[in-house]
Amino acid sequence: MITVNAIGDACPIPVIKTKKAIQTLAGADTIEVLVDNEIAVKNVSKMAEAEGGEVSFKELSEGGYKVTIKISAADTHRTNTKDTVGEADEAAAVVQELCMEGSSTCKKTVVVIASDRMGQGNDELGKVLLKGFIFAVTQLDELPRVMLFYNGGAALTCEGSDSLADLKILEEQGVEIMTCGTCLDYYGLKEKLQIGSITNMYSIVETMSGADKVIRP
Amino acid sequence: MGLETSDDAAVYKITDEIAMIQTVDFFTPVVDDPYTFGQIAAANSLSDVYAMGGEPKIALNIAAFPNCLDTEILGEILRGGADKVKEAGAVLVGGHTIQDNEPKYGLSVSGFVHPDKIFKNYGCKPGEVLILTKPVGSGIVNTAVKAGMASDEAVDEVIRVMASLNKTAKEVIQNYPVSACTDVTGFGLLGHCTEMASASAVTLDICPKDIAWITDADSYAKMGLVPAGAYRNREHCEAMVEVGNAEEFELDLLYDPQTSGGLLFSVAKEYMDSILQDFEECHLETAVSVIGKVTEAGEKWIRLV
Repeated sequence: MITVNAIGDACPIPVIKTKKAIQTLAGADTIEVLVDNEIAVKNVSKMAEAEGGEVSFKELSEGGYKVTIKISAADTHRTNTKDTVGEADEAAAVVQELCMEGSSTCKKTVVVIASDRMGQGNDELGKVLLKGFIFAVTQLDELPRVMLFYNGGAALTCEGSDSLADLKILEEQGVEIMTCGTCLDYYGLKEKLQIGSITNMYSIVETMSGADKVIRP
Repeated sequence: MGLETSDDAAVYKITDEIAMIQTVDFFTPVVDDPYTFGQIAAANSLSDVYAMGGEPKIALNIAAFPNCLDTEILGEILRGGADKVKEAGAVLVGGHTIQDNEPKYGLSVSGFVHPDKIFKNYGCKPGEVLILTKPVGSGIVNTAVKAGMASDEAVDEVIRVMASLNKTAKEVIQNYPVSACTDVTGFGLLGHCTEMASASAVTLDICPKDIAWITDADSYAKMGLVPAGAYRNREHCEAMVEVGNAEEFELDLLYDPQTSGGLLFSVAKEYMDSILQDFEECHLETAVSVIGKVTEAGEKWIRLV
């Protein structure tokens, strides 16, 4: 299951995030989308239904809504291979095309952050270096498509991280930010995730093996 | 004009021959390019005068602009506005700019009309047809633009539609006995239709299948790229609309708030062909649709058929 956190996002960002999450699916799966307003619930539901998903939602006691989307294997096949012509597929093609032409997140470059510091030696220096590294990524002409955070790296997408502002900039420019769910659990950070979505080993492997280039600082 | 029927502008009768129309409108950028934004905001402000059957004569700029941005951008916005005012045949005589965090632009426009030739937004009679002079969907397409999902064709069309003046359309229809007219803007097509229907005490039969949508607007509606305003409009009007078999994406488009939308008018059916022909001969640059007809007041103000 993938969780998409779209709390605090204005229309149409929740739709874009959810659509991207659906596109990463390789087989039948469930996506949970957290949003904080009813309009986002309706818009996300429309998009998910157009993609063939089975949609339900509930209001959360702590405020906001959780939209649950069940995607069958047939639908992920349809969405990912684009071999049937439907409106949703056309739209997906448009997104793909935009990515090819204009946007800077084109080549399938994946950045892997597997630790909360860069290199070995002095730990304090390592943290400063990693912060500098993520800032430098925001300055690239050609942004990575995905940034994966696991093990010690999971701390970077959570509360207290010095890189949240930079990651936010990257996310706004279409870089997908995914953090390993097992790692968040292990470090007790699940409630503290501030940016991007939660992912699993299956999609980590999928993302890395589908990459043109993997950068690991 | 009374306030009770929500007309598009204020009208003051000066003599038996001349009435003055006064209106003001401004908003935040809907497109990235400052010159285009200026054109759209001006076309939108001028439209209120056309919707009353008037001719714009004098315009004043109203602008808000942040300190931190290059004033060249403001210059481009004003240039876009000035070009539209010129195209309208009016004179831009000045204006006022204040400092504000978010850029805003629009016009205060004065126009003139013969008091007997004012288009009111009520007075539709059963048997008449309803004609709309621009395609619908600018709110939804602009949302798709924000999402980075809009096709080049959709972007080109929405800009062309929003920036085009309602001048030609108004010049054509003033030669006919139009019984009611308004311009379609923030309340969405159905919002303006319910106003027109209730003020005229008739029911409007609207046929969604006959309405021209802006390129790809229907796909974006299906993808959930629907602006918050469309949901507000729907909430406001829902109780007055008999939905019938209309599809969800059609409802989204019908409630979609329009920026600088077309003129919506009601006219006896016998004039329909001739009006459509005139639009064609005048090279009206936006798609015209006959969206429905006026019937005796039924249970609800609007019936989707």
